[in-house]
Amino acid sequence: MDGMVVTGRWTEIGQVADIPRQGARVVASRIGDIAVFRALDDTVFATLDRCPHKGGPLSQGIVHGHAVTCPLHNWVIDLRSGEAAAPDTGCVRRIPVRVEDGRVLLSLPV
Amino acid sequence: MNMISPQRQRLIVIGNGMAGMRTVEELLKRAPQRYDITVFGAEPHPNYDRIALSSVLAGEKTLEQIVINSRDWYAENGIRLIAGDPVVAVDRALKTVTSAAGVTLGYDRLLIATGSKPLAPPIPGLGLPGTCAFRDINDVELMLAAARSHKRAVVIGGGLLGLEAAWGLKRRGMGVALVHLMPTLMERQLDTHAGMLLQRDLDKRGIAFFTNGQTEQITGTDRATGVKLADGREIEADLVVVAIGIRPNVDLARAMDLEVNRGIVVDDGLRTTEDADIFAVGECIEHRGQVFGLVAPIWEQAKVCAAQLAGEEEAVYVTPALSTRLKITGIDVFSAGALAAADEADEEITFADAARGVYRKLVLRESRIVGAVMYGDVADGGWYFQMLREGTDVAAMRDTLILGRAVATAALGAAAPDPNAAVAALPDTAEICGCNGVCKGAITRAIAEKGLTTLEAVRAHTKASASCGSCTPQVESLLALSLGDGFQKAAGEKPMCKCTAHGHDAVRQAIREQGIKSIPEVMRRLEWKTPEGCGSCRPALNFYLLCEWPGEYVDDAQSRFVNERMHANIQKDGTYSVVPRMWGGLTNPKELRAIADVAEKYDVREVKVTGGQRIDLFGVKREDLPAVWRDLNAAGMVSGHAYAKGLRTVKTCVGSTWCRFGTQDSTGMGVALEKMTWGSWHPHKVKLAVSGCPRNCAEATIKDFGVVAVDSGWELSVGGNGGIHVRATDKLCKVETEAEVLEYCGAFLQLYREEARYLERTAPWVERVGIDYVKRRIVEDAEGRRALHAKFLHAQQFMQVDPWAERAAGGAVAEPFKTLVAAE
Repeated sequence: MDGMVVTGRWTEIGQVADIPRQGARVVASRIGDIAVFRALDDTVFATLDRCPHKGGPLSQGIVHGHAVTCPLHNWVIDLRSGEAAAPDTGCVRRIPVRVEDGRVLLSLPV
Repeated sequence: MNMISPQRQRLIVIGNGMAGMRTVEELLKRAPQRYDITVFGAEPHPNYDRIALSSVLAGEKTLEQIVINSRDWYAENGIRLIAGDPVVAVDRALKTVTSAAGVTLGYDRLLIATGSKPLAPPIPGLGLPGTCAFRDINDVELMLAAARSHKRAVVIGGGLLGLEAAWGLKRRGMGVALVHLMPTLMERQLDTHAGMLLQRDLDKRGIAFFTNGQTEQITGTDRATGVKLADGREIEADLVVVAIGIRPNVDLARAMDLEVNRGIVVDDGLRTTEDADIFAVGECIEHRGQVFGLVAPIWEQAKVCAAQLAGEEEAVYVTPALSTRLKITGIDVFSAGALAAADEADEEITFADAARGVYRKLVLRESRIVGAVMYGDVADGGWYFQMLREGTDVAAMRDTLILGRAVATAALGAAAPDPNAAVAALPDTAEICGCNGVCKGAITRAIAEKGLTTLEAVRAHTKASASCGSCTPQVESLLALSLGDGFQKAAGEKPMCKCTAHGHDAVRQAIREQGIKSIPEVMRRLEWKTPEGCGSCRPALNFYLLCEWPGEYVDDAQSRFVNERMHANIQKDGTYSVVPRMWGGLTNPKELRAIADVAEKYDVREVKVTGGQRIDLFGVKREDLPAVWRDLNAAGMVSGHAYAKGLRTVKTCVGSTWCRFGTQDSTGMGVALEKMTWGSWHPHKVKLAVSGCPRNCAEATIKDFGVVAVDSGWELSVGGNGGIHVRATDKLCKVETEAEVLEYCGAFLQLYREEARYLERTAPWVERVGIDYVKRRIVEDAEGRRALHAKFLHAQQFMQVDPWAERAAGGAVAEPFKTLVAAE
């Protein structure tokens, strides 16, 4: 399982308001696309935009609570832990994310 | 207190594979405190699912996905794992084991689970770089590396393992030849006929076969360059995989002076014959003269061995009946028991449908199934296998037995055995779920102790029926037996999903009668169990609200499946395909030019004509979608809604304008229908077609709404589809004018979308409610029909807005397509 890798360098990627509630936006990065989710309660999560199952773009899935259903084969990923819900097993890498004054910051690997 | 209590005995497991670790898991369930456990593994990996290696090779799973027990699991259970350091010596007198790295540990009990080794025939050249077996992660990594840098592979061995290796390498882009010693493939599991069908299908997929092929030599000096057969044939190759079978790995046991024949000899308690403190399980053993290569008996061994280790000395291992399935996507093979009649007293029943590639053979002895071979359609494999295991007398259904469960049990009529009674008669130890090794007792205990009431809950708690699903009927029977009427009622109206106890119809009724107008309100009023629903119920609720309150309900994009939110079809690589609308299948040079320009400008990777007479552009990137649409809009084209649970296409033949047989203008009729129905949302996709004469070139009789022209008017029919279960339409009626066709069509679609359940196509809906009901509402009730048609047209004024144009124009709706950029 991938742990959270904090590099200490926070990069702004936009405003919380840029992300639809119960939705996500995609951020391009050196390690591939990152999905930045905004839950109904405005909690923001970030993970690699690749489902651990077959690489589906999680950013395009349906967000419910603090989870997303992958658009390709309906795996449900817990956005807090990155883990797939049973009976599926797998884990998507999470990216440290922080919100400051409505701005969304990611800690991207250098 | 000491963490390690002095009473605990020391158990050492040699072998970190599936058999050894399953035994440990079973032991932890039975006697978690009894042993301090140390596991030695020769491979440097945690315990993984060796059976799934072929899926890894084929690119269907990753290595991470086949790990069974992570290193955390060992830690959590207090098990010491020494991976990558095989045990090389055991001193039975001192009761110690010594590893290659020199670790020496003492044991009270020892479990040998050293598995098997690939059979390596004495072929000159075997062992050269570019040759390998197909046994472990290391082999798979070698094969994957070869597939990246080389082009041609030869697999030696046409059994289960060899075929899966060949298919995996083919999937990875290599040219693959397969050499097999025997005349037909998988001859130990399949009869000649099924073996030939298998070869034919794999041959079509591009694997070259060399049957009756005895490998004489692997050629090459520094690296394998090919294979030479005894009859003189030569095959060039950069990679040679030898997958002709396995033999028990008994080297260590032999050195320990245990009794070894083909495998390590064990008694019915999985105890070695020479030493009561030493047990053995899995592919390394020999039990009553038999050795093992399939997983089902090994799971059984693990249970019995764990029971013995836990002190239950009466536990006895009996080899269960075995069945085999091949793991090659799209090729279905099932085999169990005898392949052919052994003598005159045995009978064979066969069924062959060469065109469909379906073949079945049953071997009967004294009215009981003793063997089954199936190819192509293996859905009933589990059913036959169950009867084989249980020795069911099949005399009463012999005539229809070969046609499968549905026909055979229906033919029995009133005499059909009560499926619940059959399950009730099973002992608690009977295995229900073969995939996950769950027995009846475990399921009934879970139902009782955890208060389970649904199939889903049983799956979640016990894993029974959670893999292939073929045991679902038995699990449902167990629920029915445990819960009585409580379960029957639940089955009558299935809940929409895990988020609610209400079924689709009840939810719709509440929306209508209580005037509920938003998803959160539905969830509040109907006491949803989850605060925001899930990816399954939200799209259904969104559709029900949209259908009930057109012009009033605001579509919730976040409750739409990806395709409907993005107005394009997502593909497996995350790109999209784009299909512009072509009314009735008509196009013109200007549109084609615009499509060609778009294809070049946006690097469209494939252009394909669809079954619905449209052009599909594949490989469009998400960010490019609005620009693609803008360019298509500029040439007058709008969304083809090829992504919608809604009206897709109206397919037409050329009709009387050109065709010498045409009786009416079917193309014009099709365009008129498409102009009326485009943009409409439905429970599932909806396809229409219009044929200009009864030759029916537009295939109107497998569409949701089909129109066939005759001299005196139009024949209307409904409820057809292609797909897995092909269904021809039911005839609705004949009408005379174009206006009537439009009215009947609009009314039918309105009735369908108001009454069918979400994701239910017209075919199963018509089957559920009956064509007579549809006729009553659409044909006999003229006033009702006109009202339904009017409702349809009313809703359409809000729906017929091109979603592409809205997004191509930019603004907030175009934002989701853009990628955000990290500020530097």
